[in-house]
Amino acid sequence: MSRILHKDVAIIGGGLVGSSAALALRRMGLSVALLDKGFCGAQASGVNYGGVRRQGRPPEQMALSQRAHVIWPRLKEIIGIDGEFVRSGHLKLARTEAEMASLEAYATRVAGFGLDLELIGRNKLRERFPWIAGDIVGASLCAGDGHANPRLVSATFALAARRAGAEVLEHTPVSHVERVPEGFHLSAGSGTEIRARFVVNSAGAWAGTFAEAFGEPVPLGRIYPSMIVTEPLDVFMTVNIGAEGGGIYARQVERGNCIVGGMRAEPTVDLDFSRPTGSGAVTIMNRAADLFPALRNTYAIRCWSGTEGEMSDRNPVIGFSRTTPNLIHAFGFSGAGFQIAPGVGEVLAELIRDGESRTPIEAFTIDRFARMDQGSPAGSVPEARKRETSK
Amino acid sequence: MSDALRPLIVGAGPTGIRAAQTLVDAGIRPIVVDEAAAGGGQIYRQRLVPDERTPRDLYGSETGKATALHETFARIRDRIDYLPQALVWNVQGKAADVAAGGRTRRLNFSHLILATGATDRVLPFRGWTTPGVFTLGGAQIALKSQGCAIGERVVFLGSGPLLYLVAWQYVKAGARVAAVLDTAPFSSKLHLLRGLLSQPGVVLRGFRYAAELMARGVPVHFGVEPDQIEGETRVTGMIWRERGKEHRLACDAVGYGFALRSETQLADLAGCRFVFDGRDRAWRPERDLAGRTSVSGLYIAGDGAGIAGADAAELAGERAGFAVLEDAGLTVDRARIAVLERKLAAIQRFRDVLEAAFPFPDKWANSVDDDVLLCRCEEISIGQARTAAREQEVRELNRLKALTRVGMGRCQGRMCASAAAEILAAAHGQPLEAVGRLRAQPPIKPLPLGIAADGEAA
Repeated sequence: MSRILHKDVAIIGGGLVGSSAALALRRMGLSVALLDKGFCGAQASGVNYGGVRRQGRPPEQMALSQRAHVIWPRLKEIIGIDGEFVRSGHLKLARTEAEMASLEAYATRVAGFGLDLELIGRNKLRERFPWIAGDIVGASLCAGDGHANPRLVSATFALAARRAGAEVLEHTPVSHVERVPEGFHLSAGSGTEIRARFVVNSAGAWAGTFAEAFGEPVPLGRIYPSMIVTEPLDVFMTVNIGAEGGGIYARQVERGNCIVGGMRAEPTVDLDFSRPTGSGAVTIMNRAADLFPALRNTYAIRCWSGTEGEMSDRNPVIGFSRTTPNLIHAFGFSGAGFQIAPGVGEVLAELIRDGESRTPIEAFTIDRFARMDQGSPAGSVPEARKRETSK
Repeated sequence: MSDALRPLIVGAGPTGIRAAQTLVDAGIRPIVVDEAAAGGGQIYRQRLVPDERTPRDLYGSETGKATALHETFARIRDRIDYLPQALVWNVQGKAADVAAGGRTRRLNFSHLILATGATDRVLPFRGWTTPGVFTLGGAQIALKSQGCAIGERVVFLGSGPLLYLVAWQYVKAGARVAAVLDTAPFSSKLHLLRGLLSQPGVVLRGFRYAAELMARGVPVHFGVEPDQIEGETRVTGMIWRERGKEHRLACDAVGYGFALRSETQLADLAGCRFVFDGRDRAWRPERDLAGRTSVSGLYIAGDGAGIAGADAAELAGERAGFAVLEDAGLTVDRARIAVLERKLAAIQRFRDVLEAAFPFPDKWANSVDDDVLLCRCEEISIGQARTAAREQEVRELNRLKALTRVGMGRCQGRMCASAAAEILAAAHGQPLEAVGRLRAQPPIKPLPLGIAADGEAA
């Protein structure tokens, strides 16, 4: 059942980045093949926590994040569903004076980007968010941030791309991709051969091999954030909760279930999937019960995890390849890709159509690691920096 | 030598007890974890509080087996580490997370025998969530364990040997059974005659249940197509079709089920390879006749390994116990193993007869109405699942879960996944195995957020 498809663009990886790029490209009239080794949006894009937040991002991500910010409330118009997006606000808690100082410093650093952060002291916090217990020193509120349902948003972007005319090929892993005179040649599962002028590498945690195939090794590691979800409860958690210094994040969905994360999982026998550890799940549950008294006598009904690509500097790679014309990378979102992904999709489409994007992405070039590691032997892959995962 | 062996047995039903006994007899001290307060499993469940009922009242023709099993468990009690009312909620490598009494701890094991049993296979139809509707197994537990009937005028409905057994037990206990509604045609029961040679005891017992029900004036209907259970806050009646004609009967409780489904979540979490079992209409862990799975040191036996009934469960539990001994390099009774395997093979052949006599209601998946609830935890209708299948081109069960929430709630698909798989397969006219199975996630049953963690034990 061998066949050859001719497309303007072949996208490797049907996560939220690849799917939103596919949709944007179709709207520009380009022909697209969107390939995924499994279901579109079934890995990190579909099973992540669902935070739609700008707060906490480094300044270099702000332009991109603000571009995505205006997309979220328009999901219904763009993909046909609102994806349960709620502009609830994102409240980042400080448990120590040092953490509060860190929140204040962050607010100063991003003051020019229009996040409208509100710093809240201990007493005001108690007054406005009485459902938060514990010795919380203060918090920073970003009222325009919120949360959404990843498993709906990501899969529906892919569906919208398909409805817009993209050739969406699921369960079609790309086994080989190479530069040929007229563009690229890709070999994929089920005997599918694709000829494309452009290739987008948006393969998430699996993007490293494709980058390496074009002589661009990157320090891409894997992380496995894990979460628990409670039974449905009366809605009390009115904002998306984060914590300076990490360790816990929580939101309550419309149906009433609370989703709480803050630990890391381990890969399963099938290394592409991961599962929370028992002790990790209980740690998250206990932290949630301590911080939110309303959860003390409730039950966790499930925990889960996903496989996510993480760069050593925790910034993604976005932009043209430095070795290969018309190859574009977009991966390594390091546990913070959900909010900006729809913006990245638009940027990728612009890069393909115009050769440049109106949104600055210079900070995300793939050769930044080569520059950092001058003197290391060519082609070597620096080891990902170990990061403390729980506190 | 046996000090290094620390087998963990999950479940203290016929399988778990026989496995434990086999290990104890070889001088090994297994850990036995069971969710119930007392051993016996569902089939030989014991009373919560002593009452005037004799074992014969409780277990009928199976009294001898029940008593023997309970006695065995009492006898080995001091030579096992027994954790009743405890839930194994996760398995990871050679360790299990066990919750009991508001605390959770990690138990390390050398070998793991999963004797997790089965629950009723539930197929939704209109009114199935009305208060007063129970599964057949649930109706049986209420009677055995608590000495109460699910209602004063009870209808039993479905397909499977349990249908007649539970109805008969209710009649024996003095309850009023308004009707037994068998979804299979009477002609299907003729298949049982084929089983008379291999398992005459089982077949004759089944005939006796049916005969006694009829003798006591309980109407037994065949070829029933359930239409709806009536009642707002409580069951008031049952409507069904029979040869195209509508029937209605007043009742205040309904017990129903369509055979059993294996509890396989722990095997899934432990990484066992699964195969599709056409007879059970379900994916189940791959295992050999001794219960060895694809994971070294992990065994599965009894109804949790594929539906075969209580007699097979005892044999398979013993066989799995021997498998642990064999794999640990200890000597085993080869002659006994040969007997166990021969008997197990005979029961497996007989299961085909039973499946023909108590067939799955093939028409259900295409005939059930869109507005009937499919997933009661998440309140997802049959229609929502069909729409996702049609409009979002969903063909796989985990994808259905992701897009519709089916199987995402408190029961984690233990109640709804069988029906959801049937609906999804029927929506595309694809074979049942093609829709796959839900990936298990811990905890396999809900766990309190404030549970205290004790860390590693033993």
